[in-house]
Amino acid sequence: MNLSSGKEYISTASSSAGWKAGDAAAAAAADQFPAGLRVLVVDDDPTCLMILEKMLRTCLYAVTKCSRAETALLMLRENKNGFDIVISDVHMPDMDGFKLLEHIGLEMDLPVIMMSADDGKHVVMKGVTHGACDYLIKPVRIEALKNIWQHVVRKRKNEWRDFEQSGSVEEGDRLLKQSDDADYSSSANEGNWKSSKRRKDDEDETDERDDTSTLKKPRVVWSVELHQQFVAAVNQLGIDKAVPKKILELMNVPGLTRENVASHLQKYRLYLRRLSGVSQHPSNLNSSFMSPQEAAFGPLSSLNGLDLQTLAATGQLPAQSLATLQAAGLGRSAGKPGIPMPFVDQRNIFSFENPKLRFGEGQQQHVNNNKQMNLLHGIPTTMEPKQLAGLHHTAQSMGNMNMQVASNGSQSSQNNPLLMQMAQPQARGQVTNDSSLGHATRLLSPMGQPILSNGVAANVSTKTGIQENVRAPSYNPVLQTSSMLNFPMNHASELPGNSFPLGTTPGIPSLTPKVAFQEDVNSDSKGSVGFMPSYDIFSDLNQHKPQNWELQNIGMTFDASQHSNNLQGNHNHSQPVLVQQGFSSGQVNGQNKSATVISKAMFSAGDSTGHANAQNGNQHLNSLLVDGTVRVKSETVADATPTNLYPDHFGQEDLMSALLKQQDAIAPAEHEFDFDGYSLGNIPE
Amino acid sequence: MRRQLAIMRQSLFDQGYLDEQFIELEELQDDANPNFVEEVVTLYFRDSARLILNIQQALERKPFDFNKLDGYMHQFKGSSSSIGANKVKAESTLFREYCRSANAEGCLRAFQQLKKEYATLRKKLEAYFQLARQTGPLETASRPK
Repeated sequence: MNLSSGKEYISTASSSAGWKAGDAAAAAAADQFPAGLRVLVVDDDPTCLMILEKMLRTCLYAVTKCSRAETALLMLRENKNGFDIVISDVHMPDMDGFKLLEHIGLEMDLPVIMMSADDGKHVVMKGVTHGACDYLIKPVRIEALKNIWQHVVRKRKNEWRDFEQSGSVEEGDRLLKQSDDADYSSSANEGNWKSSKRRKDDEDETDERDDTSTLKKPRVVWSVELHQQFVAAVNQLGIDKAVPKKILELMNVPGLTRENVASHLQKYRLYLRRLSGVSQHPSNLNSSFMSPQEAAFGPLSSLNGLDLQTLAATGQLPAQSLATLQAAGLGRSAGKPGIPMPFVDQRNIFSFENPKLRFGEGQQQHVNNNKQMNLLHGIPTTMEPKQLAGLHHTAQSMGNMNMQVASNGSQSSQNNPLLMQMAQPQARGQVTNDSSLGHATRLLSPMGQPILSNGVAANVSTKTGIQENVRAPSYNPVLQTSSMLNFPMNHASELPGNSFPLGTTPGIPSLTPKVAFQEDVNSDSKGSVGFMPSYDIFSDLNQHKPQNWELQNIGMTFDASQHSNNLQGNHNHSQPVLVQQGFSSGQVNGQNKSATVISKAMFSAGDSTGHANAQNGNQHLNSLLVDGTVRVKSETVADATPTNLYPDHFGQEDLMSALLKQQDAIAPAEHEFDFDGYSLGNIPE
Repeated sequence: MRRQLAIMRQSLFDQGYLDEQFIELEELQDDANPNFVEEVVTLYFRDSARLILNIQQALERKPFDFNKLDGYMHQFKGSSSSIGANKVKAESTLFREYCRSANAEGCLRAFQQLKKEYATLRKKLEAYFQLARQTGPLETASRPK
């Protein structure tokens, strides 16, 4: 289009940008997307502001400029749906750019790009941790601005996924809760699994979710009042007990869905985590295992750092997952801190990266160390949303489990190294995914279990299926210790599936059930991590029969289930399972559960993918499995188990049944999840 | 005269007064905004003069508040780099380094140097734009729009 007409369009768009709903503008914009993208640029430097405005206009975006952060917030609040993306400077006189970033994230949930002349690693990292979806170094070139629309699309995609999975979120929540309460002993696990299953059966969320998944819910704008109501409800319930359903009830706002609350809760938890600082223990995490894990994972930094970062970067990595992952990664000195060392610090706080954290891209590169990340990449691009949704749930549950696993993982030091190792290679692969990882990260975190990473990583990279959503950095490795795979499930596609450290945990068989979990968990996170990678892990696991102690079984189980489940059509059938898992965990930003779920998923996926993917995962998985970090508490997984292979529409029930089928065949499979026997045994609640 | 303008422009690049960011600005200039570059540069000198003054005043208060100085200079550097003021940017970087190492002498020296470069650039660009206005619209950007 020629510039002049473009300009006219822009000017029209600009005026319409101010409209309340911006419907007309939106409609017009939709046709010519990304032209007409409504950008709000905030910078106290008038020269830069003028240049940026001109550049954005040249890109055919509808620009509104603003020199003060306060004014920008006002504008955003007045016109909730008036903007698509915000670009803000870091250093501003009236308000810190990061603070603005947080506000926007909590209240409006818009993608925010930070810019600064400062390109120091710390500042960039801050951007990531605060949830920026990108970071530009000044002087900004127009080329850098041409592609900012991708962040808008990505976010929308994730949100859509969230909606889909929202139904599963609650399931995941419940599952996770069950797991949390459940004793991690084998018997308990069994019990949990059963109860989880029962819950699942009773749950009609799935149906609900299926229905809602087809609709794209209008974005809910979290106004100050609404947010205050939300915070009041959360405080009333207690941050640990605050579940979306209860919060929703307390808030009693018509038109607000549990999904909305769930995703907001996720962000909020990240935000809190960030506030509390490094020493923070993740209250968000369902289980307190994160703490122990953190300690254990100190050395893991490399793994975690990378994965977590990637995950975090992807934005959706729930703090918890991150924490777990980090812990896992850190615990294992094996992993090289390579990346995001900041994660190490964050370990404590569970670097709950802001859901908005989209740093993924940048981070991911760093994640090289973390093979895990790679895994995730591989994963699930093909993960269909449904799968992802399933994963979410699973992820959630997994997340939970992961956490627990993670804690256990720490104990199984040996596991960790394995996981780490596995994760590492995978992480590398995945790292490339970046951005999407953000989401994936969410999922990944829980997957501390290295198992996943190994298997997953391998798969992830190879698996293209999950690619679409799971950009998640191959978090696989992260899971190592704590099975906290940070499945960057962000948007399902992202999950490179690498991180499913499902690998070694002997409880692999139980993994399969976990997979199911993840799906649940995913509901929370956006873009369910395409845990596809996890599937890979399983496949790897399978292959390494001797090593995967349990994984093998699990893998088998998965395979069986996979086949039966007809994994969504991921190319790697096995992968889908993984992916789901990964995603679910990832999704659960706020909920560690997902992490556990993911790990579970990983395992299961690992198995299933094992066959399919064999390539990467197996080895890793095996190692992972061996570690036993796959603690993936069966509890969490239990719920999810049957559904490892989430069929197209994450029918947990389907998975469950699939799993059950497998379980029957494998018998111990169910218990496998519990991994009681494995080092994970101690997964603290 | 057009050739004279081109020569003048090229020398600004060759002598390192301007860098490729300036070209970015030139590329943004089009029929709808035919004087975009000049407008931006004018805005820059106006706004940065304020920053220079702030720094000047801060350097008159002893002892130096290096953090504050660094902050001002960070802003100044960001501004300068966005219009492609290469030498000025280099001096800002140097000044910031002295701030970080709390080198008061270094800061003072660097600031003097920076002011010199700043003044030189201003003069040169003013002459350039004056000639440009006389010449009329010229092809500045080498890259096609």
